[in-house]
Amino acid sequence: MPPRIKMPERAPDIRNKDFKQVNTGYTAEESVAEAKRCLQCPNSSCVKGCPVEINIPGFIKKLAEGNAPAAIEILKEKNNLPAVCGRVCPQETQCEKHCILAKKGESIAIGNLERYAADFKLQSLPHCSGEAAKAEKNSQFSTLNSKLPLKVAVVGSGPAGLACAGDLAKLGYDVTVFESLHDTGGVLRYGIPEFRLPKKVLDSEIDYLKNLGVRFVLNTLIGRTKTVKRLFDEGYKAVFVGVGAGLPIFLGVEGENLNHVYSANEFLVRVNLMRAYEFPKYDTPVYKGKNVVVVGGGNTAMDSARTALRLGAQSVKLVYRRSENEMPARLEERIHAKEEGVEFITLTNPVKFIAGQNRCVAGAECVKMELGEPDASGRRRPKKIENSNFIIESDMVVLALGLNPNPVLASLTDGLNTDKDGYIEIDENFMTSLNGVFAGGDIAGGDTVIQAMGMGKKSAKNIHEYLQRFL
Amino acid sequence: MFKIVSREVVGPNLISLRIYAPQIAESARAGQFVIFRIDEFGERVPLTIAGADAQTGLVRIIFQTIGKTTFKLALLNAGDCIRDFAGPFGTPTEIKKYGVVAAVAGGVGAAEVLPVINALKQSENKVIAITGARCKDLLILEEEIKAASDEFLVSTNDGSCGVRGIVTDVLKNVFNSQKIDMVYAIGPVPMMQAVADITKEKNIKTLVSLNPIMVDGTGMCGSCRVTVGGKTKFVCVDGPEFDGHLINWNELISRLALFKDAEKTALEEFKKSGQHHPECKCRQE
Ligand SMILES: Cc1cc2nc3c(=O)[nH]c(=O)nc-3n(C[C@H](O)[C@H](O)[C@H](O)COP(=O)(O)OP(=O)(O)OC[C@H]3O[C@@H](n4cnc5c(N)ncnc54)[C@H](O)[C@@H]3O)c2cc1C
Ligand SMILES: Cc1cc2nc3c(=O)[nH]c(=O)nc-3n(C[C@H](O)[C@H](O)[C@H](O)COP(=O)(O)OP(=O)(O)OC[C@H]3O[C@@H](n4cnc5c(N)ncnc54)[C@H](O)[C@@H]3O)c2cc1C
Ligand code: SF4
Ligand code: FES
Repeated sequence: MPPRIKMPERAPDIRNKDFKQVNTGYTAEESVAEAKRCLQCPNSSCVKGCPVEINIPGFIKKLAEGNAPAAIEILKEKNNLPAVCGRVCPQETQCEKHCILAKKGESIAIGNLERYAADFKLQSLPHCSGEAAKAEKNSQFSTLNSKLPLKVAVVGSGPAGLACAGDLAKLGYDVTVFESLHDTGGVLRYGIPEFRLPKKVLDSEIDYLKNLGVRFVLNTLIGRTKTVKRLFDEGYKAVFVGVGAGLPIFLGVEGENLNHVYSANEFLVRVNLMRAYEFPKYDTPVYKGKNVVVVGGGNTAMDSARTALRLGAQSVKLVYRRSENEMPARLEERIHAKEEGVEFITLTNPVKFIAGQNRCVAGAECVKMELGEPDASGRRRPKKIENSNFIIESDMVVLALGLNPNPVLASLTDGLNTDKDGYIEIDENFMTSLNGVFAGGDIAGGDTVIQAMGMGKKSAKNIHEYLQRFL
Repeated sequence: MFKIVSREVVGPNLISLRIYAPQIAESARAGQFVIFRIDEFGERVPLTIAGADAQTGLVRIIFQTIGKTTFKLALLNAGDCIRDFAGPFGTPTEIKKYGVVAAVAGGVGAAEVLPVINALKQSENKVIAITGARCKDLLILEEEIKAASDEFLVSTNDGSCGVRGIVTDVLKNVFNSQKIDMVYAIGPVPMMQAVADITKEKNIKTLVSLNPIMVDGTGMCGSCRVTVGGKTKFVCVDGPEFDGHLINWNELISRLALFKDAEKTALEEFKKSGQHHPECKCRQE
């Protein structure tokens, strides 16, 4: 068996100075060679590891035959955003983990192949997405028995909302997506940086939806600009809520509100959504730390650390309370971060931030941690080692401690039940406590892009069933 | 795109715009704000809703030109459009029958206080409006505030109109002459802090409207966080109004200075484009 073909990437000391893509993507030859390694297992275990059950051997077979357009058709059956997922899914804990070849440590590079197929389509046929969308729409319309398309509202334009909107539009519904920010995409736009997910990839996926007939209404915070009830009054027959986990978690320690202590969300929104890295061409400023401490071990932490480097930091230290084995970030991001010069300080937790001049942060006082018994998630619980305090000097701290469910919509919608942690409660049909209101993605307990999409798609299916009563 | 329907200069460096945004006009309540972005390069900037008319679909904003974005906005005229205009954000003012309310406004706060006075009046409160400015030239909207409130009192630092001094001097006089059930304060941070300090002594409920630096305005980034009663609050969703006696003012003041250098750079670059902005007389003296 030939070895797995490595994803070509730009050199660490070059790429850590700009926001261009880190991974440059397989060439045609590389994609064929990698695809040919696939054993085409009859009882393919990889598919079981995929949250949306993509026909993995099927699309890989087409790539092995050099037929990328056919591969993308197979991907699109289950995945509306393959160019995104090929880049950001944690494949090593999903499909690739279950690949039969993983036992030898050389699983098929399923994510890289997915990305190749999706990019091939975007690049080779720049106008194709629009044409394809229209063709797809026309063929779908003919199968619909309804003459009057029913209106459905989708709240939030993250991956959950986009997936739901896309499937509903294909079914012939009149879909409007409401987004509170001035641009679409949710975390895909404001959180995940350009060097991992170029915004033009996202734009073309959204153009595809527009060509399917999906309308996007920006600057509209549902709950405030208009309520869910109002949407029904305006004639929407069903509402999908995909408002994400937008509430940044803070540690609750002393000095946390000092100047230049940021939540990862603020830091990344300034840089990604507001393009602060191009200040003053773009009006929004961002502080460029010299010695940056990032707290956390997830994708958000890696993105923050690598962004800080790109803004010119001399040192970036990633402080995480468990060991690297327990880090939730994708393996590839961890490797890339280290290659680019991010220093990992594990089994360490901040207990206090120290004030310097003008109430700006001057350092993080940390304690050493050790791992104890496993907790509910199966990860070993970190415990503080007494009297192990030490100080890391720093002029900028980014807290990437995770996000809680966005409370705004639920708190402003009577009768919409949430659980004790603030997640919107849904039944087996993805319906909430309100009739005709469905929910999915991070707000309903999802945690990754592909889960959000999967929940959005399943909601679309259930909304379709629910709406039969109006036809 | 959101169209500017009318533009008015209401004072030195103070401009009032009415913008066509029917959805916001219909939903807006006293105390809420919008976030706008002029163009694709623009920053997201919060402004209080100074008036909203569901019939005409117009939302009024009144702003002071202090940095790049507000200077840019000041250059636009009726008929021009701005790219993004979102809201209403924030929790509306808690309006109920308090009794006698002193509504204290400093600087551009005089514009922001109008909807609150109107709402308080509707709930059958007696409203004593107190506004202050450095000099007579900087007083704004006197007629509108006077018409909306039961009593209207003014202070100027140089004595060119009303009481010589600051709004808290007027407020102290009011306390001496009648019983006040609630104080509402909006304006520059030091002014709100000074108001809260004197009402604390007298144990009078005081609401202040905070104006920290914001980005999204929807509770997603934590940029706007302040400490209220020892707890971290997000002003854009938990506020903007809080109990004035519980605010960590020093933290708010230092956080407002966060991007001072960057803002200066932005403004200087912008001013190189040749804009001239006359100031009022008292500042030059
Ligand atoms: C920095 C970062 C990096 C990540 N990296 C990865 C990764 O590499 N791989 C991976 O699989 N996952 C990653 N994740 C997680 C992943 O992005 C999320 O699981 C996913 O985006 C959730 O999708 P969603 O549609 O539920 O919500 P979101 O993407 O959060 O979108 C919600 C949208 O709803 C809007 N909204 C909120 N409230 C309202 C309202 N009331 N009215 C109207 N609109 C509203 C928001 O503005 C937002 O646009 C990352 C997350 C972050 C923050
Ligand atoms: C909820 C809320 C309501 C507001 N309502 C009004 C209003 O009705 N009218 C009005 O004129 N202004 C209002 N402000 C303040 C207004 O948002 C700022 O003046 C504006 O952001 C300045 O932008 P700029 O680019 O012109 O100046 P910048 O260059 O961004 O800032 C110039 C100076 O203003 C300070 N500053 C920056 N951001 C803010 C901010 N958000 N609040 C206060 N000071 C700031 C900075 O410290 C700096 O010294 C409000 C702020 C908030 C948070
Ligand atoms: S398990 Fe691995 S080898 Fe087998 S079909 Fe899936 S990707 Fe191919
Ligand atoms: S402005 Fe972002 S949370 Fe308030």
